[in-house]
Amino acid sequence: MTDITIFVLGLLVGYEVISKVPATLHTPLMSAANAIHGIVLVGAALIVVTADTPVGYVVGFVAIALAAMNVVGGYAVTQRMLAMFRDRAREPR
Amino acid sequence: MDTVLRLVYLGAAACFVIGLHLMNRPPTARRGSTISAAGMAAAVAATVVVLVRSGTVTGTGWAVLAAGVSVGGTAGWYLARTVAMTAVPQAVSLFNAAGGGAAALVAVHDLLRVGDAMAVGPAAAGALDVVIGAVTFSGSLIAAGKLQGVVASRPVVFPGSRLVNALLAAVAVGAGAVLVTGNGGTVALVVTALAALGFGVSMVMPIGGADMPVVISLLNALTGTAVAMAGIVIGNTVLIIAGALVGASGGILTKLMADAMNRSLWSVVAGGFGTGDEPPAAVAADARVRAVSADDAAIQLAYASRVIIVPGYGLAAAQAQHEVRELADLLESRGVDVCYAIHPVAGRLPGHMNVLLAEANVPYHELKEMDEVNPEFARADVALVIGANDVINPAARRPGNPVSGMPILDVDHAHSVIVIKRSMGHGYAGIDNELYSDPKTGMYFADAKRGLAELAAAVKVLVG
Repeated sequence: MTDITIFVLGLLVGYEVISKVPATLHTPLMSAANAIHGIVLVGAALIVVTADTPVGYVVGFVAIALAAMNVVGGYAVTQRMLAMFRDRAREPR
Repeated sequence: MDTVLRLVYLGAAACFVIGLHLMNRPPTARRGSTISAAGMAAAVAATVVVLVRSGTVTGTGWAVLAAGVSVGGTAGWYLARTVAMTAVPQAVSLFNAAGGGAAALVAVHDLLRVGDAMAVGPAAAGALDVVIGAVTFSGSLIAAGKLQGVVASRPVVFPGSRLVNALLAAVAVGAGAVLVTGNGGTVALVVTALAALGFGVSMVMPIGGADMPVVISLLNALTGTAVAMAGIVIGNTVLIIAGALVGASGGILTKLMADAMNRSLWSVVAGGFGTGDEPPAAVAADARVRAVSADDAAIQLAYASRVIIVPGYGLAAAQAQHEVRELADLLESRGVDVCYAIHPVAGRLPGHMNVLLAEANVPYHELKEMDEVNPEFARADVALVIGANDVINPAARRPGNPVSGMPILDVDHAHSVIVIKRSMGHGYAGIDNELYSDPKTGMYFADAKRGLAELAAAVKVLVG
């Protein structure tokens, strides 16, 4: 039951945290949200250690690799995109 | 130790919320992303520390963990660093597929291990996780393939495809339900996963490429939900919070994107299903177009007083953002008033074109959004369209074709139009563009990069 409570409250926070975002930031923001669900890496790490069969190890390995790709790639590509906005900040508005 | 871990998880969740919030505005966006990444690093590090201290992890377990992280991490890092700015949308979609797959596998792993003995609550979350995760995995791969051009970007529909869709969805849900009752075992799990994978493919295939940004964002939100379900299965709060956060914020973002394109979410997903059933209404396919040379186009541009540049995917694909800025600088030095009309989805994803032009140091104030610039076309002497197609197709104002209802730039209101395009090839929506056969339109057939360089050279010669 606690899990459901946390889930619903998490949904409400997520609903509130995004306000009127300029179209310029839609792609970076999507990429940032994409990186955050890379947290599944923590879950994958916690389950792989409970594996005790070959199938379990294979499933665990694939899960870890996919999650690591999600989290590393997600943040790296977000930072790359946002780095381009930094240069623009120097331009007169 | 457990308390410390929980506190770190709580801190990480807070970082994600604050990070997302800061990303609402350009000036703070970078800080937001950094804070979010710091939270992620802390959560992962704390998990590893706890696993080390627990001492229950086998050598094989550590080996699998290390191998997985290095393989996946390297692949993600390499892809993120080397991918061209133009291909970023595909990359995001691929990372999203990876996240969905991982989330589904977490539940698969737990369901395999615990089997039918699992309590109904976690089993239901597990079944949902497998279904949603598998759908986003295959769906995101197809979406990335469509953007990359590996998969046909047209809506792919065959007779009865709707039935196949419904059938796959029903099988996935039905097998998932059997899984929850605890009588299905591995068979139910496999059927659920396969049907969901199939549904992911059949859901995205009929959706046209022009709607792909919204679909990727939707799948992104779904992955968040799958991750939250994975968190419920293994009883991990940070997964639940982060997953729910992405699920909801991704949903809102999807709606914002759909609004920016003046599409309802429903018409993107459901409407996409229908586009192929009736043949697209005939769009005037007058092949008589007027081709112009670089010199002709240069004369028009150099003697104009207002020029609106409309950059499209062709500019992005040819990496011609620097060339366009050079041409614009040249025209401005002659006193021509130049600005850029940025369609919300120019370059494939909302905001993508802004990023590309920012890379080429185009001044921010020259970038104008659609609503702001549309009334100005009527006062523009020349609209210079570079590799854009669907976003300027006047057919969008009429019902009954694949781009109907899509907001467009009113390029056809300009006094004259120059289109730089490699060929008469179709755009994303796969239909003819009647703007090209408009008498006031001159077609300059060239690759965007070479074409712009030649235009700039011709203007230079002209003005001495």
